[in-house]
Amino acid sequence: MGSNMAEAHPVGFQWVMEAKARGAKVLHVDPRFTRTSALADKHVPLRAGSDIAFLGGVINHILSNDLDFREYVQAYTNAPFLVGEEFADTEDLDGLFSGYDPETGTYDTSTWQYENGFPEDSVEGERHREQSAGEQHGSGGPKLESGTGIATDETLQHPRCVFQILKRHFSRYTPEMVERICGVSREDFLEVCRAWTSASGREHTAALVYSVGWTQHSMGAQYIRAGAIIQLLLGNIGRPGGGVLALRGHASIQGSTDIPTLYNLLPGYLPMPDSRHADKRDYVESIRGTHQKGYWHNADDYIVSLLKEYWGDAATEENDYRFDYLPRIDGDHGTYRTVMDMIDGKVFGYFLLGQNPAVGSAHGRLQRLGMANLDWLVVRDLTMIESAEFWRNAPEIETGEIVAEQCRTEVFFFPAASHVEKEGTFTQTQRMLQWRDRALEPRGDQRSELWFIYHLGRILRSELAGSTDERDRPLLDLAWDYRTEGDGEFPEPSADDVLRRINGVDLTTGELLDSYQQLTSDGTTAAGCWIYSGVYAGGVNHARNRTARTEQDETALEWGWAWPANRRVLYNRASADPQGRPWSERKKLVWWDAERGEWTGHDVPDFPKTTPPEFEPEYGESGPGALAGDDPFIMQADGKAWLFAPSGVADGPLPTHYEPHESPMPNLLYGQQGNPARKVYGREDNPSNPSPPESGGDVFPFVFTAARLTEHHTAGGMSRQLAYLSELQPALFVEVSPQLAAERGLENLDWAHVVTSRAAVDARVLVTERMRPLRLDGRVVHQVWMPYHWGPSGKVDGDVVNDLLGVVLDPNTMIQESKVATCDIRPGRRPRGRELLDYLAEYRRRAGVTVETGTHVMTADTTASDTTGPRATAPDATTQDATAQGTTDREEDA
Amino acid sequence: MGVSDWIRSWPVYRQLTGADRLGRGDAAASPKSREREPRTADADRVAASVCPYCAVGCAQNVYVGSDDAGERVLQIEGNPDSPVSRGRLCPKGSASKQLVTGDHREERVLYRAPYGTEWQELDLPTAMDMLADRVLDARRKGWQETDADGKPLRRTQGIASLGGATLDNEENYLIKKLFTALGAVQIENQARI
Repeated sequence: MGSNMAEAHPVGFQWVMEAKARGAKVLHVDPRFTRTSALADKHVPLRAGSDIAFLGGVINHILSNDLDFREYVQAYTNAPFLVGEEFADTEDLDGLFSGYDPETGTYDTSTWQYENGFPEDSVEGERHREQSAGEQHGSGGPKLESGTGIATDETLQHPRCVFQILKRHFSRYTPEMVERICGVSREDFLEVCRAWTSASGREHTAALVYSVGWTQHSMGAQYIRAGAIIQLLLGNIGRPGGGVLALRGHASIQGSTDIPTLYNLLPGYLPMPDSRHADKRDYVESIRGTHQKGYWHNADDYIVSLLKEYWGDAATEENDYRFDYLPRIDGDHGTYRTVMDMIDGKVFGYFLLGQNPAVGSAHGRLQRLGMANLDWLVVRDLTMIESAEFWRNAPEIETGEIVAEQCRTEVFFFPAASHVEKEGTFTQTQRMLQWRDRALEPRGDQRSELWFIYHLGRILRSELAGSTDERDRPLLDLAWDYRTEGDGEFPEPSADDVLRRINGVDLTTGELLDSYQQLTSDGTTAAGCWIYSGVYAGGVNHARNRTARTEQDETALEWGWAWPANRRVLYNRASADPQGRPWSERKKLVWWDAERGEWTGHDVPDFPKTTPPEFEPEYGESGPGALAGDDPFIMQADGKAWLFAPSGVADGPLPTHYEPHESPMPNLLYGQQGNPARKVYGREDNPSNPSPPESGGDVFPFVFTAARLTEHHTAGGMSRQLAYLSELQPALFVEVSPQLAAERGLENLDWAHVVTSRAAVDARVLVTERMRPLRLDGRVVHQVWMPYHWGPSGKVDGDVVNDLLGVVLDPNTMIQESKVATCDIRPGRRPRGRELLDYLAEYRRRAGVTVETGTHVMTADTTASDTTGPRATAPDATTQDATAQGTTDREEDA
Repeated sequence: MGVSDWIRSWPVYRQLTGADRLGRGDAAASPKSREREPRTADADRVAASVCPYCAVGCAQNVYVGSDDAGERVLQIEGNPDSPVSRGRLCPKGSASKQLVTGDHREERVLYRAPYGTEWQELDLPTAMDMLADRVLDARRKGWQETDADGKPLRRTQGIASLGGATLDNEENYLIKKLFTALGAVQIENQARI
């Protein structure tokens, strides 16, 4: 679901086809009929943005028919745990959970906690969202004060146990409701339910695949939570052939989160410290509970080892390992907020390192206007991209909004080295690091980012040498002594040396570390990214391992290296039953060897090696030693998988169907229309199309979605310049159904333009029956889609599809909702120049769009006793972030 | 050539009488095609690499040769040893030789002055020095020592960065490390998008 794997990850899709050839059933639930659908056993179309209603229906089907894998659910999930009495569900509050603050549009999660003897900290919801705290749990789960001593009901009957809460929460997600919301017939829905639930139990598993079709929503994290709940109920996590498989989009997107260039993270998913952390102790206590279970309890070891790698000898116990050198965040510093700050004149310099936001980020116009209002911009890329040339080829040149002679931004373009001209590692979607050898030297001024950053740092340090300004100490004390290769003033830094230091070193012996379990908080180890410790175990670069697939078994542990500890299936302790025996011979992966007193198997066991299955920790015990023998989820504070998330998720402990930010439909399940915690930015330059209960939505009556093509790569910087690929996919198109074509007078291959309150975009019309009108709650809704790879540069050019989108974000990840919006479509080409601005202004006027449109995020009526249906009006509407002062003027300045 | 040789040189004859009944191998070969060599035959060496496009991680073999103009990439192929890809590449991966050898690649530093309408060339060391000055200036202009309550922030809001998802882990590591030491926090990546 939410993935077109055959198109976007074609070589990975060969394994789906292998499975199909061996008898697996392949189901594709997706708004569009695609190359993936064509190869699946069954394609089920649904409305873009309605996936949680569908998944909630599956959960309800499982629970109402007792189809869960009960032994797995009882032992390995938090189903038996009791939640405190103060918790109130969406069933009680018309689509909200307890703890909602209408002023800030965020949740205080303290009422979602388990019932146990340890009081939890009160959680400040606004901080949680603004700092994208949900994303900070990429390796260790959210904090709990204690992992032991949680009240449970093993019979799963207590009304406050997670299992019963789950059952109640999803009880209104019936097949009828799925049909009305998603446009999926009962027959199709039940066929999916039957297939999915039959791939469960000791002998069978099912794998769930998703991509950015799930993440790029205003509740994307909850889509994935919903999928994970199903997979847990069916016992499909930690087992071969199971899992929730996130197909990441680019070579090192996984690496870019593990070793983040993200505002809210340090390497290894350690949160970026914020202004409330006076010292390291405060910081560590805020990210892990004193008595929680598992390896995240050792977070102090990980942060101290990082600080030792950053500041070397300057970091000592006496000076708190220079924790004070880390800059503090105190809110939203994400890329979209930053771009708005550029427009508002608060940012002066901007680096684009292999990225083309003028085409690739949502709301391209906002991106380009931001770039046009800087002191300086650095673009590093293989080729000349739109983001480097906005001052002469942005669409705003034509409208007169950007004029080169009046644009003050100084632009530096640095040519980059390609993947064959530098060495280093990518971490791909399966958490696997693969090292690339350097094939040859780059030409001219082409250089790697490693070279660029290393020498920029070197020059800055030499310019500041001798500075007495306290502000410069972190830079001057920085351990920046990486080995270099070659001669001259500008030698190439050694990627191998950087990887060694990421792996980590025992500072007392100088030896490379073998595992993150060797890290300490006493200053004797240094490691740049704790989850990557072991990639250089035994002094060998395992990312470079290349044992042929024909010379090893199918787990292929000798090809590359997967974090953590080269484990290929995460939480694989769950591939064995609570007694430590494989659930079945067919599905065996890891098991307890009683004779040798250790876990063993085909994969590296993801569990303390010698903790026996029957082990029970003492009450109040903490860390890895507190893990019971049947606690497979060793990074979770309680050792269990969370069906219900008592903390860590910004927009609710359970997934709930809300309509997208822009939707033609009212929410049929609750009065609460959209995600009440989504991040909206009400600004003149970021208008939203109206959605119920607002009026005017009929001006943009169609559902819009965007996607990619095999032959192009994201914003096109690595594909639109290539003759082969440009010939294969030469032009931007919009795909529509024959019915919509008839309704709007669109002709196949003719021009049409798609309109939102932000932009109008030209495209060729592609009329096919692959796009199917959906019948929703008694009305017909049309969907259209466009690939987003084009821009004004390259061998093939086209309008920028991302210009159609506004900026509204998922509160857990601060990722934009770019997979669904509303739009209009008209035959012929769009107006040009100033006429285009007038045309869009007229659309906004007709739809009644103001700066407040879409910002009234709370529409639930929590006072009503009968909450079984939707509300027609917003009785307690609240405006969030509608702070638009000055933005109108700014727009004209730019 | 005698008649029997002439008949035997006919591909259909070879297809019907030889082992290659589908006519996709030896039977279809002509003397000219027999003499041909793959362009990888001239390679001086083969580097183990990985496709830079999507996140599947298909292994590539990069064949490098040299001529008077210096070293060049002769071909990029899938590595059949890989348990991930078994030697296959998609259209993008198959086009990656064009990605790295095409004439779209820029080789020189270019500079556009404020209010300028054209690019001009700049030498690399000069550009790096100019940039270092600008980084320190932007850092100073956006510096925030404390918040409204006097709590330390020790950061600048003057510098932002957005990185692509084809950056190596080692590169990301240095980017985050350097910017963190500078106090820059708006350091972002395609992974947010």
